[in-house]
Amino acid sequence: MDTFVQQLINGLNIGAIYALIALGYTMVYGILRLINFAHGDIYMVGAFAGYGLAYFIAANLGLAGASWGALLIVLVGAMITAALVGMAIERFAYRPVRKYSRMTTLITAIGVSLLIENLFVARYGGMGRGFPQLLNDRTYQLFGNAAISKSQILIFVVSIALMLLLQWIIYKTRVGTAMRAVSFNLNSSKLMGINTDAIITFTFALGSALAAAAGVLTAQYSPTIDPLMGITTGLKAFVAAVLGGIGNIPGAVLGGLLIGVAETMVVGYGANVGIASTYRDAVAFAILILVLLLRPSGLLGSTVQEKV
Amino acid sequence: MRRTLIALGLIAALLMATGCARRGGNCPDPGGAIKVGVYGDLSGQTSSFGQSTKNGVQMAADEINAAGGINGRQIQLVIEDDQGEPGKAATVVQKLVNQDQVRALLGEVASSNSIAAAPAAQEAKVPMISPSSTNPKVTQVGDYIFRVCFIDPFQGEVMAKFAANTLKAKRAAILFDSNSDYSKGLIQFFKQGFTKLGGEIVAEQAYAQRDRDFTGQLTQIRSANPDVIYVPGYYQEVGVIAKQTKQLGIKAPLLGGDGWDSPQLWDLGGDALNGDYISNHYSVDDPTPVIQDFVKRYKAKFNGTAPDAIAALAYDAMMVLADSIKRAGGTDCQKLRDAIAQTTNFKGITGVISINSDRNAVKPAVVLELENHKFVYKETIQPDTGGGTTSPSPEGSASPAASASPAASAQPSASSSPTANTSGGNANAGATNANQ
Amino acid sequence: MKFLKRLLVAVVIGLVLYALNLAMSKEGLFGIGVPLYQVDLWKLAGINVILAVSLNLINGFTGQFSIGHVGFMAVGAYSSTFMTVYYTQGLEQSLAGAVGAGVAAAIVFLLVIIVGAIAAAIAGLIVGIPTLRLRGDYLAIATLGFAEIIRIVIVNTNRIGAATGFRGAVDPWPGRVTIPAYTNFLWIGIFDVVTIVIIYNIVNSDTGRALISIREDELAAQAMGVNTTRYKVTAFVISAALAGVAGALYGHWRLPHPADFTFVRSFEIIIMIVLGGMGSITGAVLGALVITFLPELLRQLPGEVYNYRLVIYAALLILIMITRPQGMLGGREIGFNWLKRAQRRPEGDTAVGADKGVPIAERDAPTADHAKEVENR
Repeated sequence: MDTFVQQLINGLNIGAIYALIALGYTMVYGILRLINFAHGDIYMVGAFAGYGLAYFIAANLGLAGASWGALLIVLVGAMITAALVGMAIERFAYRPVRKYSRMTTLITAIGVSLLIENLFVARYGGMGRGFPQLLNDRTYQLFGNAAISKSQILIFVVSIALMLLLQWIIYKTRVGTAMRAVSFNLNSSKLMGINTDAIITFTFALGSALAAAAGVLTAQYSPTIDPLMGITTGLKAFVAAVLGGIGNIPGAVLGGLLIGVAETMVVGYGANVGIASTYRDAVAFAILILVLLLRPSGLLGSTVQEKV
Repeated sequence: MRRTLIALGLIAALLMATGCARRGGNCPDPGGAIKVGVYGDLSGQTSSFGQSTKNGVQMAADEINAAGGINGRQIQLVIEDDQGEPGKAATVVQKLVNQDQVRALLGEVASSNSIAAAPAAQEAKVPMISPSSTNPKVTQVGDYIFRVCFIDPFQGEVMAKFAANTLKAKRAAILFDSNSDYSKGLIQFFKQGFTKLGGEIVAEQAYAQRDRDFTGQLTQIRSANPDVIYVPGYYQEVGVIAKQTKQLGIKAPLLGGDGWDSPQLWDLGGDALNGDYISNHYSVDDPTPVIQDFVKRYKAKFNGTAPDAIAALAYDAMMVLADSIKRAGGTDCQKLRDAIAQTTNFKGITGVISINSDRNAVKPAVVLELENHKFVYKETIQPDTGGGTTSPSPEGSASPAASASPAASAQPSASSSPTANTSGGNANAGATNANQ
Repeated sequence: MKFLKRLLVAVVIGLVLYALNLAMSKEGLFGIGVPLYQVDLWKLAGINVILAVSLNLINGFTGQFSIGHVGFMAVGAYSSTFMTVYYTQGLEQSLAGAVGAGVAAAIVFLLVIIVGAIAAAIAGLIVGIPTLRLRGDYLAIATLGFAEIIRIVIVNTNRIGAATGFRGAVDPWPGRVTIPAYTNFLWIGIFDVVTIVIIYNIVNSDTGRALISIREDELAAQAMGVNTTRYKVTAFVISAALAGVAGALYGHWRLPHPADFTFVRSFEIIIMIVLGGMGSITGAVLGALVITFLPELLRQLPGEVYNYRLVIYAALLILIMITRPQGMLGGREIGFNWLKRAQRRPEGDTAVGADKGVPIAERDAPTADHAKEVENR
């Protein structure tokens, strides 16, 4: 029993990370019908930005070692950096091709993804580097053997807080209303006087910031970052978005959590039914294909009329 | 029609223009500076290994050259990056062998890459010495492939013995890297050794390289309640595994192999690594004057970086090669090969090296404890009991036997490599016939 | 006359390939040969040509975006090497007694290449039927997912070497210890020609027109009575089969390793056809050659620049998309007009002149896809 609970905690934990990244995919897709392939790499950029910041403040502000202040600065700083990168990508790569076909935009997205990855590999090398630990990690015994660590609690708390914040932005602010209008109908919202370009840029910024938060949080939990860390995680997060119903915000969260738990359960109990734990990465893709075939609109998505 | 011919002619001309006269093999010594090819992962996932190898070889070569070279001939290193990918390793060795015409090869660290690259060296009859690939299959590729480190059967057994005898462990769990020959080899021999000593393997879990989250596997291992956990992976993942082990409240120490040995390990795992043990080729803290002198020279050359085992082995590999070239009186491929095979009691940094009939080095291993960002020497385990079942080679008679019958002593898989080549050649001719 | 002419072309091509193969062999042609290190590159380039030209049938001509091509290559590589390691040794030996070792090896190799192609085609069918219902980006991601699943299954299958790569018979099963190195440049060259001829003939047939109509406007094509699903699946299966051939050639040259079949490789193939031009056969060939040789040329540059070669690629890709989304050649072919004439003239089809070489895809394709879609929601 305690093993099962433990696996659940582990799964929800990774799931929360997937969810944070999936939100970015889902928002961008909702507005532009674009799979932002580079989004997983933004998650990586966020982690690297956090890494740089952590060393910077340790050297210049004397906030060495583990402290909540340092963690906050690193988290917020990484989010801002990633938001800027996201905006730049939108402005310089995606906007010029927006008028072309979907295939063109998709290839551009692949290009941006490769560009970011290879730039970081060339600049920093492909090997992983240790992320400085900004909090004194310790483990709390729950019952039996089940335990939860401080970094895991941090992931839950921060991701829930960010999701609530996002919900508030989208439903309670003017810019959120505009975002919803744009995702509903881009051209009409333009006619209504909404600066659609600005809204799209803002959406990219928001999604990128969330991914960066995920990057820093993961790095606290499993302290190694490398330029290619965003590839698999990004793809899985995309699957999470599709599972929940792409374009649907609560759906992305649900999808993320489900994928995280499913993956961990395969590692934990797959062997009992003849599935090796190394099939873990196949889980997300199998789910993806099932969803696409059985319910392309996802769990929470409304049935979208395919283009006629 | 005419243009077809022109087009084809152009392609052919282009190819021929880049062509060169075929020489009858590169076997005889061309004289002049001795070109030695070095390949490794200089920019990929395990680039710490490649960099250490490069540094170790560079230092040895510089020392040899400063002392007047080998029989008055200088060593010229040609260093290539394979990004840690088996396919690239094969390509890079092709280039070193055929384009740069190196006389000998030093590399790789990861066994998978060495195995991928070795056939090219074997085919071209360029002796290759792997400094630190420990999987037995590496030297089985052919009689031109050597190594200066011990092999996995021995390393796995060392840890099994240490766990059972010194740590008095009864229940061991295993967490291995399913992507590497190295890791798979080690767990096999650890399991054999540990169960032979009365222990029990209570859980076995796998992960893939580049994984970030190991809590699923570790939770299952925790529920099996082991005394020790054997994790013979590479430092990249091990650091995170150590951290997550502690996060889950697991008290059992982790045991590992030489794949852990990298200065980067501490960045990744930090204090979570305290109390873990690894088997390794040598210890930086070993008080022996030879080793301390080497450490001092290395630190002076490379900005105070301490040499890890990979660097020390790379240094030894270059030195063994230099010694063999001297004994062979040049770089004639056959003579050089035989000279390397006859290496006996060569006093290296990582111990006394003798090459046995399987072209593996026979030498002791050390067990180190990880303590506050340092590898602390625990004990040395001699090879007399090692070797395992796969290499029952009588060490004393090794050298003469090796030179007398290199082909006869090769294992089945070794002799099959040339066979494959011949059949490739036949297919070549066969396809021609079919086409005409 | 027509037949004779074609036969002559075939013989000349065969002879040239044979000569090239000799030049690339260890012995060389009259003692002169291509440097062995470059031989590897030419082989790789040849295999890449098959991959690019075959993927172009789906992505370029049919307008369906697949990014899982490498999955079919993996199926071809593993199924064919699986055969040669575990099953064909006996056949080869008994044949060798009758016709000589060389011919026996050639027959066996041809056989396993066909096995690889069929296996990949079946995989293509399994993947294609359900996913080709999906549109655009969903299709892309589904093919990617399938390719990854194929790779993960390989990684977990011990009999084909699992995650550490397939090198020959695996312990409990008897068979060849090493994968026979059948592949040489002649084989690769022949299958390059075969691939190009197959794709060229498809594209210039009724099927090809149906495929292009699907690319231009699927709905209109459907309205015109084109069974779009059937045509899409057909194109997909043919393309997969050719990728399987490329895989079989690769598998008997380099030992297949799961790391060689990640989706990064799929992206590389896409870059080839994007660079050359979607919907251009010669463009795909050109793209494959450029992408194979460029990194090796860049290797000559000083270390710093070499490290950034992949960055240059990616930037190039984005730049092409922004400035010329149809690729360098667009749908145009180079040097194919004469071939077309040679082919058409006997049929008295003189009307198809120069403009035939410029397919509909030439126009800048701002299909207003997105705007239309948004309006319809």
